[in-house]
Amino acid sequence: MSLPIRVLVAKPGLDGHDRGAKVIARALRDAGMEVIYTGLRQTPEMIVNAALQEDVQVIGLSILSGAHNAIVPRVMELLREKGMTDVKVVVGGIIPDDDAADLKRQGVAAVFQPGASLGEVVDFIRSSVPV
Amino acid sequence: MSERPFTTISGVPIEPLYGPEDIRDLDPARDIAAPGQFPYTRGIHESMYRGKLWTMRQFSGFATPEETNRRYLYLLEQGQTGLSVAFDLPTLMGYDADHPLSEGEVGKCGVAISSLEDMETLFRGIPLGNVTVSMTINSPAAVLWAMYLAVAEKQGADWARLSGTLQNDILKEYIAQKEYIFPPRPSMRLVTDTIEFSTQQTPRFNPISISGYHIREAGSTAVQELAFTLRDGIEYVQWALERGLPVDSFAPRLSFFFNAHSDFFEEIAKYRAARKIWASVMRDRFGATDESSTKLRFHAQTAGCSLTWQQPYNNIVRTTVQAMAAVLGGCQSLHTNSLDEAYALPSEHAVIIALRTQQVIAYESGITAAADPLGGSYFLERLTLDTEKAARGYICQIDQMGGMIPAIEKNFPQREIANASYAYQTAVERGEKAIVGVNVFHADHDEPIETLHIDQSAQHHQTKKLAVLRATRDNSRVRACLDALRRAAEGTENTMPYILDAVRVYATLGEICDALREVFGSYQETSLV
Repeated sequence: MSLPIRVLVAKPGLDGHDRGAKVIARALRDAGMEVIYTGLRQTPEMIVNAALQEDVQVIGLSILSGAHNAIVPRVMELLREKGMTDVKVVVGGIIPDDDAADLKRQGVAAVFQPGASLGEVVDFIRSSVPV
Repeated sequence: MSERPFTTISGVPIEPLYGPEDIRDLDPARDIAAPGQFPYTRGIHESMYRGKLWTMRQFSGFATPEETNRRYLYLLEQGQTGLSVAFDLPTLMGYDADHPLSEGEVGKCGVAISSLEDMETLFRGIPLGNVTVSMTINSPAAVLWAMYLAVAEKQGADWARLSGTLQNDILKEYIAQKEYIFPPRPSMRLVTDTIEFSTQQTPRFNPISISGYHIREAGSTAVQELAFTLRDGIEYVQWALERGLPVDSFAPRLSFFFNAHSDFFEEIAKYRAARKIWASVMRDRFGATDESSTKLRFHAQTAGCSLTWQQPYNNIVRTTVQAMAAVLGGCQSLHTNSLDEAYALPSEHAVIIALRTQQVIAYESGITAAADPLGGSYFLERLTLDTEKAARGYICQIDQMGGMIPAIEKNFPQREIANASYAYQTAVERGEKAIVGVNVFHADHDEPIETLHIDQSAQHHQTKKLAVLRATRDNSRVRACLDALRRAAEGTENTMPYILDAVRVYATLGEICDALREVFGSYQETSLV
């Protein structure tokens, strides 16, 4: 039997709206993944360090405040610096289409906008992590 | 799609029909009375909206104080009857615009206010003696309120005539919204300082708006929203009493803020039950004798979390239904969300449609002509009684834990909300809850809408202004005021006069909050999933 997929669910920035992050964390856990939730107000440095220590295959970033253009590129840059480019980054939240396209160009594996189903997120993570 | 069970959006089962036998336990005189009469189930005024319509108060704020000031002047010109300030995340968290953690967040979710200078700009051309202003600010509420009072002072407005509302509800921050700075007890002391100060100096200002809105947005049920909010209210009353304030000296200025969600009757029942429970809590638990201490006044806002990204024009319809529930539930003021708010802060065009929605309800629908027109409906009265009972159950449970702070420390309300939110999301996933345009009736292509975009220029502008301010103000006076504040915070004096002194010499929000952080410490929650 293969080991469960390990996911870090992180809430960067000053925003405290953690409903989505918590629901996703629980859904991934119910789908058999191992989920580490960082809690609120994590800097990109804290997130990437946690990802390294916890040896995760996926980082899920939940951002609703509009600060994604400042936060996500920094996370991607730190992952490159640390040679962690095999870690998949998925972003969920209020991300306009143009910004979502930009983030994907920078290496983000998927962007889930409002209305995305839990099933879609679970399926995407399962299909993108090599067994 | 599986078969949908008949329940409210909160999961309460609904019978196919309600009749007289369903409300046999209802005693009309005791349980509902007449509008304007204890326990105010039918509303706090005898004539309700005939006497006075609700205040149409659109929550707004974005980018710089200059830009938001222009929006306020425009909204007032369009017939809006009160202002409501939305602050950005750095301001809510007590950081200046030039703090490293503010990077990328300045002006994004509201207006950036770091100093008295910004507050002066925000209200330029708006006489604070004549307009009521609500401010959504919690952890650093005392500081922003001090800035507001200082602007009023500079405009020559009499503090005794100022009218408005400070949100200042820190307990729901730990429970739901999570914009906290200090630990619960020193935070409660600051809230009590503002209540005491306002009782003495600003008798027409509401120093707190005890809020269920954010609890609901975090995924709670209607009953949880109601129960946790009222229990928070009880906590504030207890702290004020312990401070030595007589109950009737402050209780009439306590105000409430509830969500207006999509389940029409459940929401109306919630507002009616809220008034009924609060009336008896104030009279029987706290011995209030002034009638106005027992009247629960509330602001309502339509449910942001119900807005969909898909088919955004449908949001106008959702908002209309929700706003009608708030009005039929007897709200004193109302914010209607804009159709584009699943995307961004609203555009001017979208805000006007939202305001017009309220105006159509007020002036065309006829639902304002008679007080509590749905009172006596078998279904609504049953729901009201059941909602009351369930909420009282939660309130008792929290009493037994020793109050709201121990309950928060045990993660009780947080866990209840997270469970409800997950249950709702999985019901949506299974198709048991329908969301038009999302899991039913979706379209291949949504018509694109134009949304407000806030770029980084607000941050540059605010940072530059702060640099000039720090270089030109009298820094020795700033230091002296911050030292005095620190000493007051270490003792038991009311901190408000010290915070006022500090803002008057242009100490910044971040500097004042840092001084308080040094004394009070910072709060970290144990995050659980």
